[in-house]
Amino acid sequence: MNTYGIDLSLKPTTFDLWHVCLAGTVALLSLLLVVLLLSILISRARCKKKAAIQAAEPVVKIVEKIVEVEKLVHAPTPEPVVLKEATPDAALQLLGLLQKEARFIDFIKEDITVFSDADIGVAARVVHEGCNKAINEHFTLAAVRSEQEGSKITLPDGFDAATVRLTGNIVGTAPFTGTLVHKGWQVTDVRLPKLTSGYNAAIVAPAEVEL
Amino acid sequence: MSDWPGHEQANATAESVVVQQAQNAVFGAQYSVGIDLGTTHCVLSYADLGNIDDEEFSPQVMAIPQLTSPGLVEEKQQLPSFMYQAHEAELAQDSTSLPWTSKPDYLVGEIARNLGSKTSIRLVSSAKSWLCHTGVDCKAPILPTDAPDEVERVSPFQATTAYLQHLRDAWQSQHPNAPLDQQDVVITVPASFDPAARELTVEAARAVGLGQAILLEEPQAALYSWIEKSHGDWRKHAEVGDIILVIDIGGGTTDLSLIAVTEKDGNLELTRVAVGDHILLGGDNMDLALAYTVKAKLEKDGKRLEPWQLQALTHSCRDAKEKLFTHSELDNIPLVVASRGSSLIGGTLRTELTREEVNRVLVEGFLPKVAVSDRPVSRPRTGLRTAGLPYAQDAGITRHLAAFLAKQQGATDELKDINLSDHASFLHPTAVLFNGGVLKADTLAERLMEVLNSWLSVEQAPAARLLAGADLDLAVARGAAYYGYVRKGKGVRIKGGTAASYYVGIESAMPAVPGLVPEIQALCIAPFGMEEGTQQELPDDEFGLVIGEPVRFRFFSSHIRREDKVGIRLDYWTDEELDELDEIEITLPEEGRRPGEVVPVHLCAAVTEVGTLELQAVSQKDQGRWKIEFDVRAGE
Repeated sequence: MNTYGIDLSLKPTTFDLWHVCLAGTVALLSLLLVVLLLSILISRARCKKKAAIQAAEPVVKIVEKIVEVEKLVHAPTPEPVVLKEATPDAALQLLGLLQKEARFIDFIKEDITVFSDADIGVAARVVHEGCNKAINEHFTLAAVRSEQEGSKITLPDGFDAATVRLTGNIVGTAPFTGTLVHKGWQVTDVRLPKLTSGYNAAIVAPAEVEL
Repeated sequence: MSDWPGHEQANATAESVVVQQAQNAVFGAQYSVGIDLGTTHCVLSYADLGNIDDEEFSPQVMAIPQLTSPGLVEEKQQLPSFMYQAHEAELAQDSTSLPWTSKPDYLVGEIARNLGSKTSIRLVSSAKSWLCHTGVDCKAPILPTDAPDEVERVSPFQATTAYLQHLRDAWQSQHPNAPLDQQDVVITVPASFDPAARELTVEAARAVGLGQAILLEEPQAALYSWIEKSHGDWRKHAEVGDIILVIDIGGGTTDLSLIAVTEKDGNLELTRVAVGDHILLGGDNMDLALAYTVKAKLEKDGKRLEPWQLQALTHSCRDAKEKLFTHSELDNIPLVVASRGSSLIGGTLRTELTREEVNRVLVEGFLPKVAVSDRPVSRPRTGLRTAGLPYAQDAGITRHLAAFLAKQQGATDELKDINLSDHASFLHPTAVLFNGGVLKADTLAERLMEVLNSWLSVEQAPAARLLAGADLDLAVARGAAYYGYVRKGKGVRIKGGTAASYYVGIESAMPAVPGLVPEIQALCIAPFGMEEGTQQELPDDEFGLVIGEPVRFRFFSSHIRREDKVGIRLDYWTDEELDELDEIEITLPEEGRRPGEVVPVHLCAAVTEVGTLELQAVSQKDQGRWKIEFDVRAGE
């Protein structure tokens, strides 16, 4: 007797046309399913985008999410620390200004051991006066703390550690109370000269030849 | 006047002076720009005209980008009025670029002064003083005067043009949407500038495309700035009958003016009644005087100074002087002149400047306590003078002031609000306004007031008061910008007109006497106080001019003959009354005429809206007009 039960363990033993068609139909159907699903997804995403144009915030959220994912991916390897490289031009320029106004390089490069304090004092006036002029002309300086040096000051929680440095017996938690040893200096404005293309900043003082 | 609705006139700070919108006011200008074209520094100030109806005026001073040394460009409020004629091998390639050009035609500003301090043969300075120096052709290349032949020379006119060009380019690079030639521009000149110098200044402005610029006298600009800074309060500080003496001591010149305060229809009116001579004496002379004093002291100790050391000494004397003036507790300031080589410590020269020296040289030397009857000493000039500027021979500024006040005693005779007592020997100012960097030193300002008040007290007149609150360095530029605002019908306007009356010399018809130069008469062609935009003709005085041949007239001005009407002939005058200016010249072109033909003409004088004097020859026959040129200089 022939019973028509479904034997799941049955594998096609022959590679005939029927089976090929069957497999093809299955593949086609599943492909259709995938395409359908994808198109639904895409159209949904588009809808969301359209909404996003009207309200800007959602976009920001999406971007944030992406960033987070990326972070998670990179989390295991520590980010390489990029230190800012100081450009030599501005430093050279400052040296040039100090030399021009105050003979700064001349003074520093001179061997002062052979001179008397009186002689050095005379030269120091040139340097002091010139440096004062150069610094005042190109920078605006202000004290970080306006309190009198030597007075007691209290630093609240979350004070900026870059502008105020703690020293000595650093224990406990903020607010910290201590003595202002140095009022600090900060540059509030920089007015360095602009440079033309032909300017060689490395020449802090050109050699001088009188004809 | 249709531009100004009646109700606006009524409430516009209730000024009586109704200012007509001048032709030179640019339609739709966004800014009022004031340019102080100084002897040693130029300053540009500007204010937005957009909110003019709010009665708000807030002038700003433009930071002027300029080269300070080769390769460095910095912004400064002042542009030093110097030009440097660099040698082609002197500066590296691309080291003279400016934000608006890779290679400027001329090096001007701080870099010129810096390079020139070491190479003076290539430095052009004081171009402005040359502009009003009689006997010099201002368009001839004469500067630098002591340059060797191979150095390219420029004319004082070219130098002035170059400074204006730099200011214009700087403005353009900062205000690309508001070209300077479309703004209201006011350029200041010394009150003592003669017609030719004014004409040259306007021409220089025209050469850089600023044909719309108008002129304003510096002391007036200083007073405008004071009025503007007082925000309407000036009426409390000035009263009817006041005579305001404006004393302007700048780097190279001293300028004096008198402005009277009168009343008309219940409102205060200001009238500039007199201006002084152009005195080439200023702060630079003071620094030099100190340097020579210190030099003498060093030479006594057997130390000889080289020229570059004197230069450096002048610089440090200037700084030391300022310190002594600001810190009254200091008795002396050490002066050091560093060696030029890289060894700083060994070769440095040390000396000091004491308070006693500053007092003796500056206070007693420049502002001596003199009687009001004293006059400046003038040595007769030696016949052969090197081509240089006619610097004042007497450094006593107080003596120049005494001479000015005595000379101008009658300046206010026609003003009924000003009453000078009968026994006065000089004009009594009641208020003083200072201008110029020199008077920042309280010691000098106080001494000047002390001397003036001592003269007043001798004649039982009340002491003059100082009008406070002036910005001594920037006032002229700020006041010039404010003047642009005044010309729009806001605020009070200082009336003035020409500061002198003008005459041409005419040979009187008399039989020739061997050995005698024919007598000459002075024919008044423009009266004192001629207002801008007016003209005067002399139809009765005819001259026959030959076509194609230049005809020259001697030209005179007077700062004191106020009553002379046009057409009056003077047979006799004292040296003090009339100053001879450069000759004027007229050449009738040949257009449509026969060479050699004689054309009868009469003269016509006009004061333009710009503020310059214009002389014309008018043909009787066909009303043809020819301009008479001023700038016929050069001592040919």
